[in-house]
Amino acid sequence: MSDYRARIAAALQEGRRFAGLHATAGGGLVRAALVDPDGSVELESVVAIDGAVPSIVDLVPAAAWDEREAADLYGLGFDGHQPLRPLVDHDPDLARWTVPVRGVEAYQVAVGPIHAGVIESGHFRIHVVGELILHLDVRLFYKHRGLERAAEGRTLEDGIAYAMRACAACAVTNSVAYAHACEEILGLRPDTELARARTILLELERTWSHLNDIGAICAGVGLAAGTARFGALADRARRLNELLTGHRFLFRTVAVGGSSLELDARLVATAREELAAIGAEARSAWRELLFNASLQDRLPGIGSVTREAARTLGATGPAARASGLAEDARTASPRLAYAGFTAATLSRHAGDVQARLEQRALELLPTLALLDELLGRPLAAAAARPGGEPRPIGIGRVESPRGATLCIVEPDGSRIGRLRLRTGSYANWPVVAHAAAGELLPDFPLVNKSFELCYACVDR
Amino acid sequence: MLTLLRNLRALRRETALPAPERGRSLTIRHVDAGSCNGCEHELVLISSPPYDLGRLGFGIVASPRHADVLLVSGAVTTRMLEPLRAAYASMPEPRRVVALGDCALGCALLGLQSEIVGPVEDVLPVDLRIPGCPPSPAAILEALIELCDRPA
Repeated sequence: MSDYRARIAAALQEGRRFAGLHATAGGGLVRAALVDPDGSVELESVVAIDGAVPSIVDLVPAAAWDEREAADLYGLGFDGHQPLRPLVDHDPDLARWTVPVRGVEAYQVAVGPIHAGVIESGHFRIHVVGELILHLDVRLFYKHRGLERAAEGRTLEDGIAYAMRACAACAVTNSVAYAHACEEILGLRPDTELARARTILLELERTWSHLNDIGAICAGVGLAAGTARFGALADRARRLNELLTGHRFLFRTVAVGGSSLELDARLVATAREELAAIGAEARSAWRELLFNASLQDRLPGIGSVTREAARTLGATGPAARASGLAEDARTASPRLAYAGFTAATLSRHAGDVQARLEQRALELLPTLALLDELLGRPLAAAAARPGGEPRPIGIGRVESPRGATLCIVEPDGSRIGRLRLRTGSYANWPVVAHAAAGELLPDFPLVNKSFELCYACVDR
Repeated sequence: MLTLLRNLRALRRETALPAPERGRSLTIRHVDAGSCNGCEHELVLISSPPYDLGRLGFGIVASPRHADVLLVSGAVTTRMLEPLRAAYASMPEPRRVVALGDCALGCALLGLQSEIVGPVEDVLPVDLRIPGCPPSPAAILEALIELCDRPA
């Protein structure tokens, strides 16, 4: 066993979890990120020899997409990863990128990249026998804009635009993860006011997102009244964002080294009132959903992901917690205002569509309570202060509405040498494919909606 | 369920845009050609009670074959170029193309030149431009009303 693989195996043995893998130095080097339960992230690096490094996919199945991406974008080989199917590359040869499924009356249903509703672009190839899904191949990266490579050579300050615009739904999370990474490089730490500003923004993002996701699951079963109710609530939350920051998706509210967001006494009072009203309406609408048989009958036992599978496949966020993994990056975020935060878990964490829906509703409550507390006094502009040794590579890890997001910045002087953004959606897409297998084709939209992942921040 | 519907009616009364002055009909097919997902999140809401596009005679349809309008978000990526052209080619005449959001209009694009073809107008004839990053649901609806009321 190579030294690199031995170090990865030992780290996993000690209880660390895989958090991402990327190629750097033009493909000369591969780094795997491992996160400790205390939130600290360590990198294990390996130098490529003859354009290849040892694969760790047998030790960490969750690294499969990362290795396939590095192979496509940097031409790297991963010894032991067989077959190494293209991921970012759109190989026209179906046999190259799909899993072969053969059998009597087995056929493929091709969906996308353009979908029937208002959805992002991506392609699903669903292998079925009759209505039964045998296997799902997911082909994303239709929206690949080359953001990470385009960011190379920019200053650390300017680079935040590339993280933010990777995805509107995770704009704050991605920006904060990027800012944390840069501040590690610069030897800066947020003061309490800056930590409070960023935590408010992160939880405002979670509020509209979770409301949106509950509505999306209603859409997955065709319950228009639920979709409309929670869609209107998500709109209301985004109107509040606009009132507080001037932008419905909180764009450009996060900067490296400080925050210019100011909220006076009147604005924080308005925000608390509005959030309380949103919470009350959401509770009322949620009770309606609980007693709606045409919704509830469709949820249990669909798209189940066991705790073991969630861990193996690297699930994160509400999807992981709905399967019983009590993991939440907010419990170990010393740069943010989450002191004493504990991961919300359901008593019934069956890992099915019902659990993922209930997990969103459950998480809304502490989010609204935390916002109420953080908005208890006016917010002033703030700056990060010198603190800690500057680090050669900056790492930020922040909990998005869809799970832990990792941002790694490798500087080249005062500019970006390599930027890597691995979002909660990226981690969870392979889990969607796993959850869909064994279900009926008409339930696929519901299974997919129960994760409600972004395509944009995966494709980048 | 009844409470849910009653609440929705109340919401309509409180926040809805003014009712249309005359009848309209417009079917819309959306294509995400490489957006950040912001335009999609706003576009979805034009169907929600505060905006309610159905009341204006508008509808989002599943196929470009049923659409009057192709609503395109995002700067066009190299990988979405062919699907976008195929969607346009399958629309019946007369057809209109709407570029939705700053990326679709080519404003302040981010990304590698090798991965991005450019704004929608580099690929298709654009009839209406809706600026904004992203445009709000109200701005989208107002622009579509203007397009619909435009003399043919």
